[in-house]
Amino acid sequence: MLRIIVCIKQVPETQEVRLDPVTHTLKREGVKAMINPFDLYALEEGLRVKEARGGKVTVLSMGPPQAEEALREALGFGADAAVLLSDRAFAGADTWATSLTLARAIEKLGGADLIFCGKQAIDGDTAQVGPEIAEHLNIPYVAWARKLTFNADDLLKVERLLDHGYDAVEVELPALITVVKEINEPRLPSFKAKLRAKKEPIPVWGLGDLGLPPEEVGLAGSFTQVVKVFPPPARGTSETWTGPPAELAARLWQRLQSLGPSVVFRK
Amino acid sequence: MDYLLTEEQQMLKDLARQIAEERIKPIRAQLDEEETFPWDIMAALAQADLCGTIIPEEYGGLGLGCLENCLVLEALAEGCVGVATTYAASFLGAYPLLLFGSEEQKQRYLPPLAKGEALSAFALTEPQAGSDAGAIQATAVKDGDFYVLNGTKQWITNAGEARFNTVIALTDRSKGARGASAFLVERSDPGVSFGKKEKKMGIRASVTREVILEDCRIPKDRLIGKEGLGFIVTMRTLDLARPGAGALAVGLAQSALDEAASFAKERHQFGVSIFSFQAVQHLLADMATKLEAARALVYAVARFIDSKPKDFSKEGAMAKLFPTDMAMAVTVDAVQVMGGHGYMREYPVEKMMRDAKILQIFEGTNQIMRNIIGLALNKEYSKKK
Repeated sequence: MLRIIVCIKQVPETQEVRLDPVTHTLKREGVKAMINPFDLYALEEGLRVKEARGGKVTVLSMGPPQAEEALREALGFGADAAVLLSDRAFAGADTWATSLTLARAIEKLGGADLIFCGKQAIDGDTAQVGPEIAEHLNIPYVAWARKLTFNADDLLKVERLLDHGYDAVEVELPALITVVKEINEPRLPSFKAKLRAKKEPIPVWGLGDLGLPPEEVGLAGSFTQVVKVFPPPARGTSETWTGPPAELAARLWQRLQSLGPSVVFRK
Repeated sequence: MDYLLTEEQQMLKDLARQIAEERIKPIRAQLDEEETFPWDIMAALAQADLCGTIIPEEYGGLGLGCLENCLVLEALAEGCVGVATTYAASFLGAYPLLLFGSEEQKQRYLPPLAKGEALSAFALTEPQAGSDAGAIQATAVKDGDFYVLNGTKQWITNAGEARFNTVIALTDRSKGARGASAFLVERSDPGVSFGKKEKKMGIRASVTREVILEDCRIPKDRLIGKEGLGFIVTMRTLDLARPGAGALAVGLAQSALDEAASFAKERHQFGVSIFSFQAVQHLLADMATKLEAARALVYAVARFIDSKPKDFSKEGAMAKLFPTDMAMAVTVDAVQVMGGHGYMREYPVEKMMRDAKILQIFEGTNQIMRNIIGLALNKEYSKKK
């Protein structure tokens, strides 16, 4: 009976990312959200291990209250239970404070034999939280897993994806694994699981539940801080024209000529 | 338009649509071109719990009704009618069991269907018995504890892939249609074989074969209901299935309208998008209006059926007739809006137009639908006098 925990993050849908011009942070209000794509592979692997070897899959997420939607979605894929870590005190956390909070929650859940994370989140792209959780829990981790094989009940062979090929390592449980997309093909949600997910109570744990001092979480517990977020400077102005090719060509020629001597044409 | 679906119904439709988007659309052209049976998609539908929508919960299904079935069919048909037909035809094979099967038969045959481990098929049509279903010649002769079946069933969707077929055969030739009975014939039964895979104009992801019965000896407990019920089993099955055919048409037409309208926005002629021409807008407006009327009819009839009326042959026929004629017209116009592009296999609407045609033919031609409606009207207006 393996205790499997999958950590997921709710991220903005990629095409809709906008920055707040004042605070330089991601605008999340009114932006459609989804489960970080890599985390779906982590969840799938957790579910597959459970189906093959028995166990319970709990999904865990830290985020604002609306992250509950992501957890319900995860339950719709077949996870057994979910816990949300949400508290104003957690806001502004960097990867250190985030991973510490998640690690304490995993301890509160009674620990885990296997913890799965996606290799990174597509919004922050740090790839740090998974490995840091393992450090806080003082357990081994293997990042970028593309294949898992059990060599014994508590011994896992992991193929790690590298730039050129892969290497294979063995790791004893309990361990944390971060996965790449090559590891599996995530399943579809199932209707019965979605129905269950609608009604499943999802506990929300805050600072008090985790027994962490306020100075170790959120912005206060962060070693790093985002000072500035900026899009790369635009390279001049651009216009998009549509129309029949001949017309567009003529228009383009006129425009280039009007730009004057700085544009030089040679045969 | 908001049809006031429940949260559960909307969730079901969204899930089916997700499968259409993620698993069906990316490969539908390939399935059509190569005429491949969509086993992978059936597996995905099974995993999503969608194989048992209309099967009661005690047999592993979801225990939902006609409307829910239509919502799933509509969403899947937005992806591919060939795939959706494969899925729908399995329910066609299951309705006789649901309606008239014994407890033992249900226990044995329904759970594998609900889990998506097996498909079923409905075998009625014969070379000489299409619209004239009463002209079937297949026979079932009782021999002690067995029945021995002989005959050939033609154009049977899912035949050869399905684990069992519901076969209609004559147990008493002298009684004609009243001498027909329904049997469960397993693929592996002795004396069962299948003809070659037919080459079709459309719905080419679905498979159509002959079911050939040569001294096929099956235990007598494979009889569904009792002897002589075959024709009633058939009529009741088709009555229930017809709004489903209408739902396929609605999904198909929606997809064709989406393709044509988005294309019209992008395509420029005479210096402007062709969407801005009234000639194109009027085509699209008619397509959208007919489509919405068909959807409203399908949902209304499905809800009516779910209220368990005694007789709904007329309404079932209407829910097949109007939407399928609509889908034919809408897909033809979708090709017209897209012009030469629409005619090319690079775009999906020519396939949609080919797929649409079968909807006017199978599960009772639309001419037979008008007969059914006409017959019902005749009865209604005779009573009123």
